[in-house]
Amino acid sequence: MISTSEALSRPATWAEPTTPRILVIIPAKDESGSLPGLLAELAPVHPATDTLVVDDGSNDETRAIAITGGCRTVRHHVNLGYGAALLTGYHFAMREGYTHVVQLDGDGQHPPHAIEALLGPLREDGADVVVGSRYLASNQGQNWGLRRFASKIIAWFASTWTGHKITDPTSGFQALSPAALALLCSDGFPEDYPDADVLIWLHLNGMRLHEVPVAMRPRVAGVSMHGGMRVAYYFYRLAVCLLLLPVRRHSPWRSERRR
Amino acid sequence: MTPLLAQGDPVLPVDHSRQTLVAILLAVSMLLVVLELIRRRRLREEYSLLWIGTALALLVLALNRDGLIWLSSLIGATTPNTTLFFGALVFLMLLGLQFSVRLSRLTYRMRKLTRQVGLLEEELRRRDRTD
Repeated sequence: MISTSEALSRPATWAEPTTPRILVIIPAKDESGSLPGLLAELAPVHPATDTLVVDDGSNDETRAIAITGGCRTVRHHVNLGYGAALLTGYHFAMREGYTHVVQLDGDGQHPPHAIEALLGPLREDGADVVVGSRYLASNQGQNWGLRRFASKIIAWFASTWTGHKITDPTSGFQALSPAALALLCSDGFPEDYPDADVLIWLHLNGMRLHEVPVAMRPRVAGVSMHGGMRVAYYFYRLAVCLLLLPVRRHSPWRSERRR
Repeated sequence: MTPLLAQGDPVLPVDHSRQTLVAILLAVSMLLVVLELIRRRRLREEYSLLWIGTALALLVLALNRDGLIWLSSLIGATTPNTTLFFGALVFLMLLGLQFSVRLSRLTYRMRKLTRQVGLLEEELRRRDRTD
């Protein structure tokens, strides 16, 4: 079993005296096309929250745009991948004392006005991880052929395992409670392509999952990270991760960790 | 398909002493090259273990033909040569696996360092602005 010895107490919920500090994390690689629009949209929706753009080794003006837009930024000087960018965002949130995290993709697929809908279950239902699902919303008739079919199987699998209804495990539009944030920072977060295995892992560690319908939009600009051979590798990795999930241990190199 | 060895092809007589000599030469030169690389600090000791081990094993088997034959019967090989080839294969597999593990560790460290540099850089930028 995965060790829960990270001593994760139950979340400091919204009811507790500490005022929630919410950080919006945007992992971005070469998103100079869509980022200005996204940030402009984000500003009026959530004036009180801070935004972090994790520039994952972009070759364009992604970081400059983020700084101009008043965001905090962290740049990876080499491209580490989507999951690594998220993880950096989580670590940043921990360092800077944020309590809750909302993550949305830099390509403009995830509408900022839906952030409130994601935060709702954290606040009211005591959920730890809230996932915005494109498939839970009835008007999303997206048909991606094989990929959609495979993702359906994975969704069914994850739902059965966790006992929570999960329709869109690949969704990067998520909100996290303090406990989920601490858990993700602890170790074991897959840094290449987080997927259903993360949700199952979170569930095994006592996190309560919740899905809300979100009407996703087509990406504004840039290139999708899912394509070609990557999709094949993606499913291979997921299969291995799911197979080994219950017996996997922490990385042997984590003891090099300073904290 | 033509058979590898056609009827009437000359079959070289088995010369055990020559086989032994070649094996010894190979083992010794392997040892020398690896030790020299360590001496020049081109090869870290931690990576040399498998190479040195293999060279020594080869040397022992070359000097001790009875041992090689005993080992062959132990693993069910029909000829001593098969044992050598098999050993080489296992060695290469182990080496490849070792590299994969090292690479994974390197990747882990590289990611962590990259993350840390990014975080510190932002902290610096922040401080410069507020000061």
